[in-house]
Amino acid sequence: MSYIAILITFIFINNFILVQFLGLCPFIGVSKDSENAIGMGAGVTFVTTVASVVTWAIYHFLLVPFDLAYLQTLTFILVIATLVQLLEMVIQKVSPALYKALGIYLPLITTNCAVLGIAIINITNDYNVMESFTAGLAAGLGFTLAIVLMSNIRERLDLHPVRKAYRGMPIAFISAGLMALAFMAFDKSLLTNLHLV
Amino acid sequence: MNIKELTKGIFKENPVFIIVLGLCPTLGVSTQVSNAIGMSAGVFFVLLFSNIIISALRNFIPDSIHIPAYIVIIASLVTIIELFMHAFAPAVYAALGVYLPLIVVNCIILGRAEAFASSNTVIDSALDAIGMSIGFTLSLTLIALIREVLGAGTITLFPIGSFDGVLEVPWLIDNPFRVVALAPGALLLMGFLKAFFDWKAMRKVD
Repeated sequence: MSYIAILITFIFINNFILVQFLGLCPFIGVSKDSENAIGMGAGVTFVTTVASVVTWAIYHFLLVPFDLAYLQTLTFILVIATLVQLLEMVIQKVSPALYKALGIYLPLITTNCAVLGIAIINITNDYNVMESFTAGLAAGLGFTLAIVLMSNIRERLDLHPVRKAYRGMPIAFISAGLMALAFMAFDKSLLTNLHLV
Repeated sequence: MNIKELTKGIFKENPVFIIVLGLCPTLGVSTQVSNAIGMSAGVFFVLLFSNIIISALRNFIPDSIHIPAYIVIIASLVTIIELFMHAFAPAVYAALGVYLPLIVVNCIILGRAEAFASSNTVIDSALDAIGMSIGFTLSLTLIALIREVLGAGTITLFPIGSFDGVLEVPWLIDNPFRVVALAPGALLLMGFLKAFFDWKAMRKVD
């Protein structure tokens, strides 16, 4: 698969939130205003991209040669947790401004399904290192797209009369459902029509 | 021992509809009843043993590294259930796909470890895990049942003997509402069910 095809697949066709339901907790929890949504999206994109490459390297240079592939889940989650901690320290040291913007989101990202999800999907799909990098970046961008759109919808919903029982989470789920309905317009035939497959 | 720890997870603190945790697997695997049951079994095993082990070790795990310690315990249990399902239930293993290893980051398990098992006795933690698992199983099966019946007109269970495991619902099998089985249906259904539970909770307060 070409890199553009991977980008389109993970941003639109298999959008991590709206199609695969990976990373729903932060999607519902942190989408109340657009500023936080952009911060969370940027944090997740950063981590999915770095984690894709690092877990790919660990899997192919450490787990496979020593015949330890069954320890994949355990290794990946530890690597991701360490990586997030490390990134937090590096960002804090190198760019205090970026740390101020992303700092509070980073600890939350460790337990975000999207990060472990993309690491496992890269291995399942047998991607090489560049494809993994692209998939990680695209998964993060897809997450950002969905969460930013969602936060804008929710900011507007605050001004509208919503029935009491639907206020807050229920209406957020329903809005997400309608967004997912719109995203169904993107399917595999899109790749064929664009001559990418 | 407190029987309340067992029952609170089923309705009052239902992990899916009231606390809203562990959504990724709830919506991801709820296309078929059999997948929902397989997922619930996995979560039950991991939650029960992680709660027991963590509460037994609660006085030995240093505070500063408690989260990584919990994650190692949970990830080991998930690896066990992954290998077990791969060996003995390959069909369920294939259907659950990426969602099975993702039990590691299921907020219910780490959430219960942090909120309950880290400060309660082994027996109370085990009861808490059983209650929460029942709550999770009921919620997940309810969502899967609605989605499969409306979206495909079938109820897929496990094949036993000559019974192939698939029940067909008359009329709906020929005229399914496909959208309910697809991704948007899961989100819409979750919204309506959450609204229903919120409404019930509000009525109780009034």
